[in-house]
Parts: sequence; structure tokens; C-alpha cells
Amino acid sequence: MTKTTIPVHLDINGHHHDLQLEPRVTLLDALRDRLGLTGTKKGCDHGQCGACTVHIDGERVLACLTLAAQVEGRTVTTIEGLAREGEMHPVQAAFLEHDAFQCGYCTPGQIMSAVACIREGHAGSDDEIREYMAGNLCRCGAYPHIVAAIRQAALEVAS
Amino acid sequence: MTLELSLNQQPAHARQGSSIGQPLTRRDGFLKVTGAARYAADNHPPGMLYAVLAVSSIARGRVAALDIEAAKAHQGVVEVMTPKNRPALAADPDAKDHPFMFRLDLLQNDQVRYPNQSIAVVIAETLEAATEGAALLSPRYEVLPARVGLDGAESFVPRGVGVGGPAVQHKGDVEAGLKSAKTRIEATYETPAQYHNAMEPHAIVVAWDGDTLSIDTPSQGLAMAQGRIAGLFGIAPENVHIRSPFLGGGFGSKGMISGPQVLGILAARLVGRPVKLVLRREQMYGPVGHRAPTRQTLRMGMDGEGRLTALDHHAKTASSTFDDFFEPAADASHTLYASPAIATSHDAVRLDTGTPLFMRAPGEATGSIALESAIDEAAHACGMDPLEFRLRNYAEVEPMTGKPFSSKALRECYRQAAETFGWASRPLQPRLMRDADGFLTGWGMGTATFPALMFQAEARAVLRADGSGLMETGAQDMGQGAWTAFAQIAADGLGLDIDQVDFRAGSSDLPNAGIAGGSGHTATAGMAIHNAGAAVIARLADLATGNEASPLFGAGNEGVLARGGRLYRRDDESRGESYAEILTRAGLSEIEGHGKGAPDPASQETYAKHAHGAVFAEVKVDPDFGQIRVTRLVGAFAAGRIINPRLVRSQYYGGMIWGVSFALNEEAITDRRSGRIQNANLAEYHVPVNADVPSVEALLVHEDDPHVNALGIKGVGEIGITGTAGAVANAVWHATGVRPRRFPIRIEDLLG
Repeated sequence: MTKTTIPVHLDINGHHHDLQLEPRVTLLDALRDRLGLTGTKKGCDHGQCGACTVHIDGERVLACLTLAAQVEGRTVTTIEGLAREGEMHPVQAAFLEHDAFQCGYCTPGQIMSAVACIREGHAGSDDEIREYMAGNLCRCGAYPHIVAAIRQAALEVAS
Repeated sequence: MTLELSLNQQPAHARQGSSIGQPLTRRDGFLKVTGAARYAADNHPPGMLYAVLAVSSIARGRVAALDIEAAKAHQGVVEVMTPKNRPALAADPDAKDHPFMFRLDLLQNDQVRYPNQSIAVVIAETLEAATEGAALLSPRYEVLPARVGLDGAESFVPRGVGVGGPAVQHKGDVEAGLKSAKTRIEATYETPAQYHNAMEPHAIVVAWDGDTLSIDTPSQGLAMAQGRIAGLFGIAPENVHIRSPFLGGGFGSKGMISGPQVLGILAARLVGRPVKLVLRREQMYGPVGHRAPTRQTLRMGMDGEGRLTALDHHAKTASSTFDDFFEPAADASHTLYASPAIATSHDAVRLDTGTPLFMRAPGEATGSIALESAIDEAAHACGMDPLEFRLRNYAEVEPMTGKPFSSKALRECYRQAAETFGWASRPLQPRLMRDADGFLTGWGMGTATFPALMFQAEARAVLRADGSGLMETGAQDMGQGAWTAFAQIAADGLGLDIDQVDFRAGSSDLPNAGIAGGSGHTATAGMAIHNAGAAVIARLADLATGNEASPLFGAGNEGVLARGGRLYRRDDESRGESYAEILTRAGLSEIEGHGKGAPDPASQETYAKHAHGAVFAEVKVDPDFGQIRVTRLVGAFAAGRIINPRLVRSQYYGGMIWGVSFALNEEAITDRRSGRIQNANLAEYHVPVNADVPSVEALLVHEDDPHVNALGIKGVGEIGITGTAGAVANAVWHATGVRPRRFPIRIEDLLG
């Protein structure tokens, strides 16, 4: 087998990157191994845990099930791109305040999912938050605090 | 390379006054919510290669052939490590010098002794090439029949269970107690194999420099890992530098260094370049431990007033064919309920699985769900309310040993949790409550308990002439909040504001902080920190009280208080001076002190030491389809002094959710023909998702314990599982009238 790479142009957190990648490289591995953006985590590599959640054109997507080449010409936001000028996003601040994490490994994915969940209008009640956050596993069991954090952040984002 | 991580520059933690007892937000929280916290696999030293394991798809036999040529021919593959070319080790991976040394699979031969055992390592320039290379090995096997299930092999009585406790224990005459009883119950419960499934897969990034090793890997026990690695490679422990500032969860699976982590070190040795090796999720179902399955039979006798006359708890469990870890499930009956006669016993089989290990509340969790279910059955057999029955059998001294408890606020836990839950209005009989939608509703309860353990730890404290302090201990934060709680203890120990303390942890280069396990890390390393603080303050006080120029001259160490960066005379707080003044006058840039944390032998001998709690659960069951939802959980826990209530509440919630998971969700399913695990992934091995978790409440019950240790700390990491699992099972019975006998509870069991 000969090595074949293709040029891939990525727009991540407002920065443009020109990469030469094999077509089989996932967005998750491109972020972590080629671009040093290690905030996005790999928990299962099968789209089952949600730890690798990022935004593509503002929608939450699993980076482990997305090839890097698929997102050319689209806008990617990762956990590193959420804070603005050092100010935490309201969801990040709420996660910190409500202790909505323990080990922190699922947290970037939880936060990216939560930002989208609020934007989608799916944070209207605790039960709705639980349902629409069900794709992000937390083995530490921080769920009650995750719900509380999203509830508070949703109010702040709305106001 | 700076091995220590210091978090004192993070501004984002809430300041609500120092220090012990304050609900500070996490000092590492800003790093974690911004993606800046660096976990092991996030490291990328220059020239690093990627290593991927090939693992066995059979449970027992030998590897007959690997297509190494095909793997090596794949573009980017650098090397394939097999038993033929694996670098030599200084110690046999199958040696077992002490009970805590577990046998490792390090390509020592071609034998396969469990599914997902490492059989080769492919090292490549990219992760993709290494992954494809591993697939191209296309192993062929000579297969032997797998021994599967608790009836799959001949049983025996193990020499020890858990950490070496006796497999069989008794006090009093159980048979006589049963014979004299007015009411008797006997029940058998089965619990499945469970896998820790920390969100962070085991990972290691390794760089060799001559005989010095630089390692990033998650570890719940840095000093143990350092010693084990040093022994395997025949190098000095101080040449093994391990960083583990953050673990992405551990739950026991990162307590001991595992085979795949050592294979990463061997791979780096083989290729002479830094290597990263990360387990794929499915590869975590074998070489990194699991909770062994159990089958438990309980027999209880009660007199006419519902008092236990006998309690017999037998547990059958399983270990691997090649190593010893026996889940001490029956020992759960030693501590909770008073009975004149108690007997506990274990037997076991050896199966073709990876060796089971400690998994959050090992023995306590498995034993608790059976014991609490049986207690519920016993209460019903006596026609009593389950809470009244538990109070009737309340243990005023530890039942098995007769020792007094160092403290036990369990009555208060029962009272507060029952009141908050609204337990008093519960009908005694099952299947009497329905909600507005017609769902069967049930209420159940369980008692929680976990021993207050301490291990060994050391810490080093420094006071500097600028008035600031430093505290160092190689503590491990796997999510419990070590970065924050230990900084709080350090601040109080040094008599400084927390922002004046530089707290360093998470590295094997620091003093040995023992293990983050057994719910004993906060007590053990906390006491080391406390004592190191006291030692350096004593040195400082010596400098002041012995110097005529000091306002503290002549006060003596005992007559001095340390607070807010100043020493004061105990008898006259108007007289004092700052640490900076004392050190500057003495011409010292800094002074240091050392402290240890360890259990006190005298109080160990005298007292039984346990945390306690009570958990109440509400479930709703679809009467037609048998689907179970937990809708409410209330727990109350008494665990000595609480260092940080915000973090402790998170620990209780996490434990309680593990209890729900134990009762309703998780189970590894082994194929009886092949011995392979059929659901080795996070979609089919069920763990609770957000939508599975109801409203949860955890009440922190005040408890002073003057005996456990000087700080009065017990431990909170594991107790939440106990009690909760049984409470959910008992609520399912109360909703349906069907007694769950195997876990997780299945819909078909309810539909009968």
C-alpha cells in the first residue's frame, strides 16, 4: 500500500490550518495529534460516549465519527475556542460553580454538548436537559450537577 | 522537565474563607472546563511514535501464527513487538513477591489465558498506521475450551479474600441461632462481572533516556507504580519519573500499573524513541481488572420481636486461572447488624478471564446489595417496616468483633433521610402504590457503610521568608478533588491563607502520598500534610520563642498559635509576629518540616472505624412492560469531618449513581462457547446516562470522630454505592411484589 495524503484546509476556533492528511484521519485525531488541540477527548472512538463532542457550523458533532477531510470549508469549534479573551463561557463558569464534573475527562464534551443543547432550545426543563444530554457519558456520575449547571447557564444565555 | 504541577496561580476557584470545611470550587476546575488540563495521552514528546496493542480474540489457548510481514509492510509501521523480540526484563512478570503484586501479561510467551490479552504491539509513525498494522497481524490460534461462569470450574476455599482477610469467619453458633428462630429466611442473589470503564482509557507516554524513564500515565498509586516498574526493568526507583496530575477516572482500575502500560515502556525501549500507547475501549475488558461476579446466599433467623438470632452469609466468586483476587462480598455482614451468631464464608472458581481487582467498594458493593435485599426480606417476613427492622437490629458495637465504634451517627442518617424522603407514609405491603399515569411505584431503603481506612503517606512542608508556604506530596486526583481538599488541609496546617500556599502533587518525584483508594486518601495524605505543617510550624516557633527579640520569647511551642501567616501567644493574642519577620530575623530563606500519615495502632486495636449512611429510593415500574425508572434518591451520610462539602456531595452523588447502575444497568456478558465478552463497549455495557438519573439528594450528617485520626476524617468515595443498590432493589420489590434475585434487574424477571 502506498501512502496517500491529501491537502485538508481546516477552520478551527477562528484559525486556519493547512494540513496534509491521509483520508482516513478522523477529525478527533487530527485535532489531538496534528494540531495539539488535546482538550477534545477520546473515550471510545465509536461514537458511544460523547467525550469528543465539538461544534461544526455551530452544531454538536462527534469528532471520532467525522473524517477531518469532511469538515473542509466548515467552521469547527472545540473546547479551546469557547472562552472569549480569557473569559469563560457561561456554561464553563456554571460547570465550575456547580461542580458539574469530577475527573474532568468527559467535561469538554459535556460542555460543548451543553452549549449546543441550550442553543437548540432543549434546556427548557430538567427532564429535557437530561434527555438531550443523554449522549454524553459521565462515569463519575456528575449528572445532577451537570443538569443544575446547564439550567443556570441557560438562564444567563437567555438574559 | 518540571514534574510538579502547581495550581496556585489559578484564579477561578471561589474564595469563601479558609479552609477546612469551606465549599471551595475546584482549584483545578478552570483547567478542566477550558480543556487545558493535561491528561496522560495529551502529551506528545518530540519524535514520539504510536503503539497499538493486538489482543487475543480467544479466551484460552496459544497464538499459533501472526502475519508480522503484512503488518510491517504497511506504510508507517516501524516495528512489531512479539514474544520473539520483546526486550528483556529484570523480573519475571509472573512472579508474585507479595499479595499486591499482580501478574502481568508482557508477551512472556505465546499462551493466551483470557480474552483481550495482549499478544503483540505494533509501533508506527501514526496512530492510523499502528491501528491498521495491528489489524493486519490476523492471528491464528490453537484454541482450548474456555472455562466460563461460576459453575464453570471446580470450586475451592481461597486462602484469603480481599486484601488477605480470612475466607471463613464466625462468631456464635449460627445453626443453633437459626434453629431457635421464630422466623427464618434464606435467599440467593447473583451479581455480574463489572468493568470499571473510567472515561479515560489507560494510556502511557514514555521516553527513555539511558536508564532513566520519563512517564506520563494515570496512576492511583504513584510510588507503587514506580517501584513495580523499577523492579521489572532493573533500574533504581528514583530513575522512574511518573507524572499523573489528572486521572480521567480510576475506580480501582489504575491502582496498580497494568500490563499494557508496561508494554508501552517496552515498546519505547525496543524502538529507541518515545512511544504513546492508549488502550482502545474494548481492550479495557481484560488486562486492567474488573469486579468479579458473585453468587451469595444469606440465611437469617429472627425472634418474635424481629431481632436477629443468626446471620449466615456465603459468597461464591471467581478469579483468573493464574492469579488471586477474591471479592470479599460476605464480609459486608461483619459490621452492620447486631446478631448473637454471624458466619461468613467464601468459595471460588478459576475462570479464563483477566484477573479481577478492586473496583469501587470491592466486596462492600457486592455484599451490600445482597445483605440489604435479604434484610428487606427478613423485615417483611417479620411483618415489620424495613426501617423499624434495621433499628431493631442496630449494632451498638461492631457485631463481629465486639469493638466499640469510633463514632457512628447512623441513627441520625436514618432519621434525616427518612424524613426528607417522606418514608413514614409507606404502605407495608408491595404493589399498593401507583402514580397518576398508572405506573407501579415502590419505595425501598438500604444501609450504607464503608470502613475508615488509612494507609501510609508522607508530605514535605516549607515556609519561606516572603511569608508564603509550600506543601508537597505525590497525591493523586482521579476526580475526588485532591488538588482542592489537600490544599485546604495544607493551608490550615501551615496557618496560611490558601492563596499563600503552593500545593504540589501528582508526581512520583514528590513524597509518597500512598494510594488514592479504599476511600483512605484524604485521611492518609491529609494527615501527612497536617503533620508536615505542624512540624514546620514547630520549627518556626522554636526560632521565635527562643529569641529575645521576638514578642513570643519564652512562650514555648505549646503556647503559640499559627494563623493567617502569624504566630501568636496562646495566652495573649495581642502579642505575635509574622512568619516573614521570624525567618528574616533568623536570616533563613526558608525552613522545612516533614510529616507522615498512618493509622494509629492503639486506636486500631480499640475501635471499629466505619462511615455510615442511609439511602431511600423511589422507583416506577411499567406494569405491562416491566421497565424500571428510578425517580427519587435521598441519602444521608456520616463520614467524620468534611473537608469540602461541595466536593463531598459530588462524591456521594457519584457513588449513589453507581448504586443505581449496579441494581439496574451494568453487566459484562460472556459468551459461554467462546469465553469472549460480548458487550465490550460503552453502548452495550450499560452505564447510566443523564436521562437514567433522577433527582438525587445527599445529606451531610455532622459527625465528630476523635479516634480515626487527628483531623477526624473518614472517607466518602465509595460509601454511596453501598445502601443505594439495595435500596433500588427493595423499591422494585415494593413496586412489583417480585423479589430481584439477580443483578442487574431484568425486565423478564419482573414479568415472570
